[in-house]
Amino acid sequence: MKRRNLLLAGVSLLVLWYLLAMLVNRPILPTPMAVLIALWHELTRGNLLAHFMASFWRVIASTLLAVLTAAPAGLMLGQSKWLNDLFSPVIYLLYPIPKVVLVPIVLLFFGVGDLPKVIIIFLILFFQILVLVRDSAAGLRPELIQSVRSLGAGRRALFRYVYLPASLPAVLTALRQSVGTAVAVLYVAELFATQRGLGYYIYLNGSTLFNYPAMYGGVLMMSLLGLGLYFGVDLLERRLCPWKLAA
Amino acid sequence: MIELDRITFAYPGAKPLFQDFSWQVNRGEAWAVLGTSGCGKSTLLYLLAGLRFVQSGQLRIDGSPLTRPRPQTGLIIQDYGLLPWATVRQNVELGLRVRNFYGPDGTHAPRGYKPSLEVEPWLERLGLSSVVSQYPGQISGGQRQRTAIARTLALQPDLMLMDEPFSSLDAPTREGLQRLMLELWAEQALTMVIVTHSIEEAAVLGQRILLLGKSPNQTAQIIDNPGATADHFRESETYSRMCRLLRERLEET
Repeated sequence: MKRRNLLLAGVSLLVLWYLLAMLVNRPILPTPMAVLIALWHELTRGNLLAHFMASFWRVIASTLLAVLTAAPAGLMLGQSKWLNDLFSPVIYLLYPIPKVVLVPIVLLFFGVGDLPKVIIIFLILFFQILVLVRDSAAGLRPELIQSVRSLGAGRRALFRYVYLPASLPAVLTALRQSVGTAVAVLYVAELFATQRGLGYYIYLNGSTLFNYPAMYGGVLMMSLLGLGLYFGVDLLERRLCPWKLAA
Repeated sequence: MIELDRITFAYPGAKPLFQDFSWQVNRGEAWAVLGTSGCGKSTLLYLLAGLRFVQSGQLRIDGSPLTRPRPQTGLIIQDYGLLPWATVRQNVELGLRVRNFYGPDGTHAPRGYKPSLEVEPWLERLGLSSVVSQYPGQISGGQRQRTAIARTLALQPDLMLMDEPFSSLDAPTREGLQRLMLELWAEQALTMVIVTHSIEEAAVLGQRILLLGKSPNQTAQIIDNPGATADHFRESETYSRMCRLLRERLEET
């Protein structure tokens, strides 16, 4: 995608927003200008930045945790038919459950603070990465494995030179697919049992303080969080998987 | 160099492909293994590569029974076996990287091996200098197979095993690579075993030809073809006669 087109799309959306705000003409839909001014105010003098960082940290921590646990587990399942036969029915049942319905349960068990939020996002990412890495490891052609083994590679070298690089794109694809859901569920999770995070901030300004421009500012920041993570994954993919661009 | 002493091999639940089968390959020979599909010719190569194991009898290379892939054996397969995420240069370096990873332990790399990543001469010899930083997905089938050959030769093998290496290439590319293989065979003093279903390829590359038939294979049917590796053999009368003979024998089995 061209950068110019992206910019054009962004400006068009702002114009559309502006026209809608003019048309609706009620406090529940402020103009982009009013929101941007409120956003600036909240970022510099309010504590929106702290709320943003709280949400950001939760996503990053759970992502790291999910990659570090799900990628090795997926690699193991993908290499061993026996392990996969054992676990795949469990995964088959758990994978499609919308993890957002687990929010109340996780909150009950882990109470207030960051941990329950991190766990919820972790659960979403974990299954996605697990399944994609498993399938990519299982999908490696036996001829490729045999031919690398014929070069002298044992289990460790196969892991280092074949399985590890082969699972990298799967991890990134899984992140790309689920980072949006993760941010959405984070929002829901932050409505409960916390006073930090964008979810709390948006809810507080919208339903208690009735500060609509500030609320919209929070929504913008949440969108930026999702967008930024998505771009981040894109950037990593371009850095780490140059052959995908070349093909 | 290779001794098969009354070996038996069967896949689980299938009748044996080889039964009490014996065969010998001397150092420096160029062999072609010819047969129709399902005759066990690829299996034979995988046995020689140490990727599958005989159920009875003995398979010895250089006098010692084979229990795992041998560092001095190179294997080339039909679909190249290249890493799609690595450039041509990185793919050619792969075998050396694996050796450097383990060090000269005698099982993954020969004892006395000195770690190196020197592949430049091989890239040049195989005409890959212009594509070193491309990925396998970006180059032609012939270039991919050259990459696989360079990767194997960089390990300085004494035994080269090839499983239908040129079957998916177009005719001019195939003939070019067959000539190149014969040059390399002479240059590097290789022992070469090439598995093929193509009568023409067997006639051109095999000084000696092992014919496999319906399983179980019990005796080695061998046809001598001493002219094979000579220049312009392809245009000779001997070549045409050899192809006819092989065709007849293949129909009988």
